[in-house]
Amino acid sequence: MTPSDRGRSLFRFAAPQVFYPLAGRLAPWFAALAAVLTLAGLWLGFFVAPTDATQGEVYRVIFIHVPAAWMSMFIYLIMAFWAAVGLVMNTRLSFIMSQALAPTGAMFCFVALWTGALWGKPTWGAYWVWDARLTSQLLLLFLYLGFIALTRAIEDPRRADRAGAIIALVGAVNVPIIYFSVQWWNTLHQGASVSLTKAPSMATTMLAGMLVMALAAWAYTIAVVLWRVRPMILERERHTEWVGALLDQESTERGGRA
Amino acid sequence: MLSTFLAVLRRDLLLAWRGRADVLVTLAFFIIVVCLFPFGVGAEPNLLRAIAPGVLWVAALLACLLSLHRLFAQDHVDGTLEQLLLSSESAVLWVGAKVLAFWLSTGLPVVAVAPALALLLDLEQGGLPVLVLSLTLGTPTLALLGAVGAALTLGLRGGGMLLALLVLPLFVPVLIFGAGAVEAELSGTGAAAHLLLLGGGLAGALALAPWACAAALRISTE
Amino acid sequence: MLEVQDLACLKGDRLLFRDLAFRLQAGDLLRVAGPNGVGKTSLLRLVTGLAMPEAGEVRWQGESIRRVREAFHGELLYLGHLAALNDLLTPLENLRFATSAVGDAVDEEACMQALVRIGLGNQLDLPARVLSAGQRRRVGLARLFLSAGRRLWVLDEPFTALDVHAVADLAATLSDHCAAGGMVMLTTHQDAPFARPPAVLDVGAFAC
Repeated sequence: MTPSDRGRSLFRFAAPQVFYPLAGRLAPWFAALAAVLTLAGLWLGFFVAPTDATQGEVYRVIFIHVPAAWMSMFIYLIMAFWAAVGLVMNTRLSFIMSQALAPTGAMFCFVALWTGALWGKPTWGAYWVWDARLTSQLLLLFLYLGFIALTRAIEDPRRADRAGAIIALVGAVNVPIIYFSVQWWNTLHQGASVSLTKAPSMATTMLAGMLVMALAAWAYTIAVVLWRVRPMILERERHTEWVGALLDQESTERGGRA
Repeated sequence: MLSTFLAVLRRDLLLAWRGRADVLVTLAFFIIVVCLFPFGVGAEPNLLRAIAPGVLWVAALLACLLSLHRLFAQDHVDGTLEQLLLSSESAVLWVGAKVLAFWLSTGLPVVAVAPALALLLDLEQGGLPVLVLSLTLGTPTLALLGAVGAALTLGLRGGGMLLALLVLPLFVPVLIFGAGAVEAELSGTGAAAHLLLLGGGLAGALALAPWACAAALRISTE
Repeated sequence: MLEVQDLACLKGDRLLFRDLAFRLQAGDLLRVAGPNGVGKTSLLRLVTGLAMPEAGEVRWQGESIRRVREAFHGELLYLGHLAALNDLLTPLENLRFATSAVGDAVDEEACMQALVRIGLGNQLDLPARVLSAGQRRRVGLARLFLSAGRRLWVLDEPFTALDVHAVADLAATLSDHCAAGGMVMLTTHQDAPFARPPAVLDVGAFAC
């Protein structure tokens, strides 16, 4: 095996024609997993977890808010990772991945803001306070929207891919700086109550519910991205032979059934 | 190696001088934005004094943003950008020269008139040196970050709004530390930390932005 | 030497041509031919490295131009559709900038002579915005007289908007460059009196 052969076999799944059917097979499994985990997480969060001593029932919104906020940040990092891979290795699938991730990231960002506002009204007495974490979340939403708007505004797919990758990387470098600066700007906010280093200050069932919901968010993201990637691959590769063959095959199947 | 840098710098400054109406428009915009605030929030001196650092900084940021699209647009249309990209010198150098010329012709005038506008808003005199210093450190960072956005949105329909959407979130830290520096100085806690962070930001932007901008220009002219 | 292998060009989502290959050696003059829209300009931009090929490779002295970009660009002169003229600068200022920006040390006197030779002696101090299309074209072409040291010239429609006399002068300059061991690659719609008939590359033959 020559090095280039080995390289090719390693990156076999990066080839769109291999990934396309694979994505189609995997997506339903992740969707099912997401549904099961969401039900389990909501059950834990809304029925099993105890009522919070100080905040009452309102706090239960964190079972959606916190996983959504985590996910929105993770997705930006993953997006930037795929963008970097795409720029370095020049693999088209990486760019497609990062563009397929962006709407889901923006959606989680929005959900985190929305649930944050719902929680803020009874707790702080206002839907919006310029709390450091909410503000950072809002800026992250703007970063997502900028990425989506830029990749949609450019008609040439190759330029859109690579321009989007650059802004995703510039954004990823700036995210920690933005977080730090917003913290500096407003240090009046709740300290992070879930951290890996110190013992969690919340009940075990609360933590379990939140973690299950986080896993559900992961499974949902993977399922949605796999589904979103498929038509994008077809659109990009429509001048290639394998897409032509695939479309022919699908249309004859449909014709046979009718 | 410096010859490309100097050639681009000299040419862009010459162009800024010949097209000085554009520079004056930017400056007028900066002044008018600042003057709008008393009409909007009322002419209560204490209120104006309190919001002065933020108002000046936001206006400077918007003035910079509005002139950013000029940075590469003309060179893109007339083909100069293609020729620069074919230079055997590193693109980072001439991108740096263009951004420097841009800052000298747009950022520096804004920094220069800011103290006069600060007096309109009755900012305390003690804050003026820090205001000038923070703008001097912050506006080049804005220009460097904005250059990346300008390069990415080159030749796109609706590029101006898109550019704003792309770069405004990136401008937030500069705004926070810039306006914060003046407020910290006036409140007596000292502006050293803010100014150091602004300086650090400028160093970071100097190291990374020209590189990202050059890559973006190659992508946009393809 | 310039070597192009298996080149494929994608524009938007349309594959313009593929498996395009040719080789250019010292003294060669290559005319890129083909109907409008077949990708002649795209091919020139791929060769210069301004655009990235969908597949295949452009090699300079046996190395991919991606790897030896700076050395390759030091040997390349590309004059595209756009004249790279700024309207606020005079032809002389434009020419001086064009040469110094790409790293050529050319003094003002040489620039002036080049402009006089190409027939712009009376327009040296006018802003470029008052020049006619042919005159704008010539400011760019004046770089040919200052770029003998660059071995590969890639010219996109250099004869457009030039009169018969200027076409003959330009053709002679290109022939001289080839005779001195240079390489020229150009697109043109009109015949020019070259010293030696150029080789022809028909892009249409590789179209998809």
